This record gives sequence, structure tokens and C-alpha cells, in this order.
Amino acid sequence: MPIAILILYSFNQSKLNAVWTGFTLDWYLKLMQNSDVLDAMRTSLLVALISTIAATMIGTLAAVGMYRYHFRGKTALDAMLYLPIVIPEIVMGISLLALFAQLQVPLGYFTLIAAHITFSVPFVVVVVRARMAGFDRSIEEAAMDLGATPWQTFVKVTVPVIAPGILASSLLAFTLSIDDVIISFFVAGPSSTTLPLKIFSMVKFGVTPEINALSTLMLIVTLFLVIIAERIRMRKN
Amino acid sequence: MWTIGPVLVWMVALFLLPLVLVLAVSFFSRSSFGGIDLPLTLDNYIRFFDPLYFKILWVSCVLAFFTTASCLVFGYPFAYIIARSPAKYRNILMLLIIVPFWTNSLIRTYAWIVLLRTEGVINTLLLKLGLIDQPLSLLYNETAVLIGLIYTMLPFMVLPLYASIEKLDRTLLEAARDLGAKPWQTFCRVTLPLTAPGILAGSLLVFIPSLGLFFIPDLMGGSKTVLIGNLIKNQFLTARDWPFGAASSIILMILTLLFIVGYILVSKDKQGKELL
Repeated sequence: MPIAILILYSFNQSKLNAVWTGFTLDWYLKLMQNSDVLDAMRTSLLVALISTIAATMIGTLAAVGMYRYHFRGKTALDAMLYLPIVIPEIVMGISLLALFAQLQVPLGYFTLIAAHITFSVPFVVVVVRARMAGFDRSIEEAAMDLGATPWQTFVKVTVPVIAPGILASSLLAFTLSIDDVIISFFVAGPSSTTLPLKIFSMVKFGVTPEINALSTLMLIVTLFLVIIAERIRMRKN
Repeated sequence: MWTIGPVLVWMVALFLLPLVLVLAVSFFSRSSFGGIDLPLTLDNYIRFFDPLYFKILWVSCVLAFFTTASCLVFGYPFAYIIARSPAKYRNILMLLIIVPFWTNSLIRTYAWIVLLRTEGVINTLLLKLGLIDQPLSLLYNETAVLIGLIYTMLPFMVLPLYASIEKLDRTLLEAARDLGAKPWQTFCRVTLPLTAPGILAGSLLVFIPSLGLFFIPDLMGGSKTVLIGNLIKNQFLTARDWPFGAASSIILMILTLLFIVGYILVSKDKQGKELL
């Protein structure tokens, strides 16, 4: 309900957005001319894209490995992959900030991407592993018997079978990255503000119809992603 | 082994190492330039139990508890209705939960600010209807923070609840009825215990993040409500007292882990490992 009102008011003419004075698209136009917002949007997309690709690759490999092998320290690795999901985000945010400060890495795109990969990887592992649970190992063995190298088996047999899981997990990683506020808050540099951080500072500064418009746009993108995710899920069933 | 290598290197370097670093920092002293300095000390932890800071932790826990309880009270009937409704309505009802779930939490917080502020929608409406003469101050208090937290966390409660209610075997409910149980008795003695894993998982998923969210108190509580998340953030960014901030984070993390261990112990009894 509050979200519906937000959308409604993004088309309101009045600057004091409580009273309805008429329909307008001005705020969307204003938004498109706001270079800070556009920069933030670009940063968010770039960071999300790179961290999604990296997290999906690292996470998928890990999920396959965890499924296939039993090794010493597996329980410990399991714990290390579950811990980031359950501990408060703020703890992860400040610990990354502490690391970057100690190593004197300047905050910016690099730190932002590294942080986003770190919090996305565990989710990728969980989702891909869930997909692997129903995996028939005999088809891998068949490929090996027919003379495929482990790498060929992985690329030509394993990956296609778990593809829906990989796709779903990368979508999740992308959304997590686009939405993250808390961890980005600590590791973003002044020149690498993401869209949620920009919204945070805009909301702190005051309420303007521009934020309504921006929120509405983000909602549309979100809805779009949800629909894609549902499609993937449907196909899986 | 090459499949495990990358994740091992990555998580040790960017998750484990930073955590160990924070743990280490929490035993140092604050240098006069806002850095860290010797001697090693336990003062940061002792300081946290000063009434001033301990109260922040207490208020955070109380607010997180109320958030969790409210989410459960609102979320349970809702999840129940979704799980029990015909398939064609179920997807539409699910959308009501999934869309907020995927919507940026800042935007959801902001939507409430639009409603609650002095010139906001609710006040304007009430003034127009002549129900009040003066705008009510709905924003910048603990109730507003609580509303923000509940609204943000509700999907995290409804989704696990929905999953466990959907799995519920309806024949058990019929059996209870046939044996003469009143609807209320059936609910308390059959439905509730069988959906306990969902209740536990949902409560944990709501409680832990509620402790650390600093932006909702920042935006909706004015400067009046300081929670542990705000305390940690301020120690790192404003006060530049890293050792104390680090000690506070370690305490928050230990508290969280205690809740998780408790959850695992309880859910083992109920033979449900929904979360892990």
C-alpha cells in the first residue's frame, strides 16, 4: 500500500507532495537530467554486472566441488560459507572497511566490487547446490567413460544440467548487489556512490518528488526481474 | 580440487581475514588520530557494559523482539491465507509479498516517510477530513522506527511461514476435527507445533537483521533512536573510535551466533533444518 501511494505521487505536480494538484511527468524529466543520479545508476549497474559474473563463477565451481568431493575441512568450509549469510551485514561491512584501511586500498569501484562478490558467493553456492541435489552422477561417469576429460565433462555435461540453478543464482546475486545498502555504505568511495546510497543521501536531505520517480523506476526494474525469476522457476519445475 | 580453490582463497581473504582483523582491532587502544595503537586492552569490551551503551544494546534487542513478534502476528494469518487459497489466487497473493521482498528496503522506508511526515499523506488526509486541527507528529519516534522495521522485515517472516504451512498435511487437521477438537484447539495443538520450524526460521530471519539495520532508525527515528547498528556505524565513521566500534561489532556477532546456535538446538528437536 505505501508503495502504491509512492507510485501515484511520482506523477503529482505539487512539490509538497501530499496534495494532489495534477498529473505530470516533470519529475521523471528532472531525474533524467540529474547527473549525480545517472552516475550512481551507472556505478550500480557496473558493480552489479561484474560482481555477479565473478560471484557466479566462483560460487558455481565451489558448489560443484562441494557436491562431488569429500575432503578434510569440508565442514569448516561449509561454516565459512553459511556464516556470511547469517551474521549481521553491518559486521561484514565494517570488517571489509577495516581490511581495506589496513591494506591502504583506496575506497572505490574495486573495493565495492570485491565486497559485493564476497556477500554474493555464499548465496550462489546455496542455490546451485540445491539444484545439484537431484543431479544424476552416472551421466558424468558415462561422459568420462566415453573419453571426455574432466574439463570437457564439466562444460558439456555438468554445466548444462545445472544451468537453471546457475541462472537463478546469478539473478539473485545481481539483485543483492543492486539492492545492497549496508555493506556498500562502508566500502564505497566518494566517487563510487551506488544508487541505493544516493537514495539514502537524498532521503536524508529531504523529501522530493524526484525520489518518488526514481523509486517508481526501480520498482519497475524489480518487477521485471521478479517476472524473469518466476519464468526460470516455472521452467525448472 | 581446482573447483574449491577459488572460493577458499576468496572467502579466507575477504571474509575470514577481515573478521579476524576486527577481532584484533577490538583489543587495541584508540590513538589520538583516530587510528589504533598499543597497548592491548580489554577496556573496549568493559566500556560496552557501561549503562549508556548497554542500554543501546537493550533497546535494540527490545525493538528487534517487538519487530519479530509483530511480524509473526501479522505474517502468520497472511501466510495461512495464501497457503490455503485456491491456486489461481495464490500467485497474485504471493506477488504482494514478493514485490516488497525484492524492492529496495530504502524505498520501502521512504514510502513510509511520505505517509507519516508532518505534511505527509496521513496528516493531510486527517486535516482535510477535519478529524484533527494540528498535524500529528508521526515520524521521528520509536513507533515510526518500529513500523519501518516491521514493514521491511515482514516478507522474511511470511516466506518461511508460507513454506511450512503449505507442507502441512490437511488430513491431520481433519483427524483432529473428527476427534472432536474445537478449531482453536486444533490450531494450538496441531497447526502451531507442526509449523514451528517455519516460525523459528522466520523469527531468526527477522530478528538478526533488525538488530543491525542502521538506516531505518537514521531516517525514521531522527536522532532520538540509536540502535546498536547506529552505534557501530558512528564509532567507525563519526567518532573514529575503531577499537570500540570493533568491540561493539564483535559483541553483536557473538549475540547473533548465540541465537543461531539456540535455533539449531531447538530445531534439531523438531527435526527441521529449514534455514541451514
